Amino acid sequence: MIELDAQDRAILHALVEDATLSSPALAARIGLSQPVTWRRVRRLEEAGILAGRRLDLDLEALGFGVTVFLGVKLATRGRVSLTDFERAITAIPEVQTVEHVLGLYDYRLRVIARDLADFERVLRRRILALPGVGNVEANVLLSEERRPGPL
Amino acid sequence: MLDDTDRRLLRQLQNDPVATVQALAARAGVSARLAARRFDRMRGEGILRGQRARIDWRAMGYSVEVSLRFTLEKTAPDAFDSFIAAAREVPEVVEIQTFLGRVDVRLGVIARTLPHYHEIYRSRIVTLPHIADIESLMHVATLKTAERLPL
Repeated sequence: MIELDAQDRAILHALVEDATLSSPALAARIGLSQPVTWRRVRRLEEAGILAGRRLDLDLEALGFGVTVFLGVKLATRGRVSLTDFERAITAIPEVQTVEHVLGLYDYRLRVIARDLADFERVLRRRILALPGVGNVEANVLLSEERRPGPL
Repeated sequence: MLDDTDRRLLRQLQNDPVATVQALAARAGVSARLAARRFDRMRGEGILRGQRARIDWRAMGYSVEVSLRFTLEKTAPDAFDSFIAAAREVPEVVEIQTFLGRVDVRLGVIARTLPHYHEIYRSRIVTLPHIADIESLMHVATLKTAERLPL
């Protein structure tokens, strides 16, 4: 693991806000020369700390009015193939993220839909139809805030 | 409203956020001038809010990730606001989400190790205001983080 100093952290901060910053603009923001800034960015990428980009899109304007988090418990553990379930669940386009968790549920899913009726369709026809799905808990997302984290 | 061309361009941008406008235009089968105009319009209308760098916290030594799900004491009129304001002060909180459902608020929390997590939990989490109940889901693996919209 590489050691990060205050300037590395400042670079991460700036790029989390705007990953499209040009290298002169980023260098000016950090107060380092352009080549030095560029080398630091490369180092952060090579260490796997800067791991690509995420588009920040207005979901509602794009017609996705509803985001639901589903906690899924598998019904008959041992008899159901986890691999089959995982393959099937990750292939559903409305299922945006799939996380394997320990606790009350086995999987945590982020599902987007046009509206609640559309969500019900995805839930009934695609998710609940998968073999092995047991208890499911749905929570409708009202607001979401991503924090900078311990930078 | 978005038309087919906008959607094609956004799809290409989602697939390859670092590509030039020229490359995206070619893949979407439109001229670079038209693509630039459409991207400008989508930015202006707030549909395309920007691009954020993704930080891999594991590569920074944060190997523990926990979803903490809270039920709040709703008898206090400012329960949500004061809980969220206090949660923002905890650097290890990387996500704050509010829900309609059995869970009121979820915090995504990261830590370097389990003892480190234990320390954060005891000193910064259980001390947050207006908590009625906490459930935790320990993150084991991420199987899908497309966050790529089916446009």
